[in-house]
Amino acid sequence: MGINRREFIKIAGLSTLFGLSAKSAWELLRPGQVEAGLKALPKPLTAKRWAMVVDMRKLDDATAQRCIEVCHRIHNVPDFAHPVNPKDKVSPEEQIRYQVKWIWTDPFHNAFPGEQPDVMSERVHHMNFLLLCNHCNNPPCVRVCPTQATFQRADGVVMMDMHRCIGCRYCMAGCPFSARSFNWRDPRPYIKQTYPDYPTREPGMVEKCDFCAKLLAKGQLPACVVESKGALIFGDLAAENSPVREALKANFTIRRKTHLGTNPQVYYIV
Amino acid sequence: MADYKNEFGWFAERPQVEKKVYNKFPVIIGLLVFVILATSPLWINAGRDVPPPKPSLETPAIQQLAGKDKQCVLPTEQMRAYHMQLLIEWRDQVVRTGNRKWTSPGGKTYEPSLSNTCLGCHSNKAEFCDQCHNYVAVAPNCWGCHLDKPATAGKMAQAEVK
Repeated sequence: MGINRREFIKIAGLSTLFGLSAKSAWELLRPGQVEAGLKALPKPLTAKRWAMVVDMRKLDDATAQRCIEVCHRIHNVPDFAHPVNPKDKVSPEEQIRYQVKWIWTDPFHNAFPGEQPDVMSERVHHMNFLLLCNHCNNPPCVRVCPTQATFQRADGVVMMDMHRCIGCRYCMAGCPFSARSFNWRDPRPYIKQTYPDYPTREPGMVEKCDFCAKLLAKGQLPACVVESKGALIFGDLAAENSPVREALKANFTIRRKTHLGTNPQVYYIV
Repeated sequence: MADYKNEFGWFAERPQVEKKVYNKFPVIIGLLVFVILATSPLWINAGRDVPPPKPSLETPAIQQLAGKDKQCVLPTEQMRAYHMQLLIEWRDQVVRTGNRKWTSPGGKTYEPSLSNTCLGCHSNKAEFCDQCHNYVAVAPNCWGCHLDKPATAGKMAQAEVK
């Protein structure tokens, strides 16, 4: 004799109940001991709202290139134009398609579309603006991320949790500044010298500037700010006497695509 | 004779059905082939001696530690059983909260970092991590991004080949 429907449902219900309660019992008996003793860091750089000012009067092309170089070196950003092994060479079109950039330069009409007057100052016309993730106050990339891999920290830094990124690229569609890059290929064959203090990425991940969150935690300024020798100013927008506040008070600044309402936190002195 | 009931209704007589296996020969051969195929991994590996993994602790950093300090961030038994949960906790703590300091239940403070703290002592990934991972055939994907020591960077362990 088999079991009838009534008995089957009874047994199924009881097993479900048992399975569910077993899990919570396990969690009760083995609480997260490892969370017990978390303490704050001794001296990381902290802020209420990190922001950056780019002083284009001081930033020449060579300095900008050095900033890009140091950022891409310490974050293991691949350079598809220079593979480690010549057999991994990719065509110039593919170099553009696969390009990964955390910080880059563009002329005014690309960096600030719609802001260009009919007749523009010669000086600004030939300027190459140093562009990076704006760490917006109202970041569209965070809103569209389905896994919360991109999130905004309490100090305003828009962070990536690469472990959660599923590579859907919604954030790239959402970001109006093209600050995000997708890893179409394994980056490792295109990193001349891997920097041991930062991971590389895997194909299928999106990445971008994180205001050097790792260096901030160690009490250091972002690498590009150090490399720029004063052309980039970094600090706490909420602190009255921070260098960023001083620079913003003393100068007229512009920001990229403010009409979109993302409230970018990288300011440009032209 | 009493009435007999089956799923089609009441019958006066129990229907007489010949008890017989049709196509006896192919059915039994087919069953045999299925059983042998389904259990073939057992037969193939029967008698093969797979040595238990021996993760090596012979690294310069570990050997320099004095007798009492020579222990991991948690007791060995806990590390053996829960190192993956610990790594996930560390990962979430560092990336999500930005807190790069972790205090063990023993009161010591460490930087929660796979590449710096774990590999700082266990610099022999191939002889340490990969030993057990290969044995139990798990392929943690840590090393797709996180760098092990530059010396072994070019060599992919068996467990992580995709």
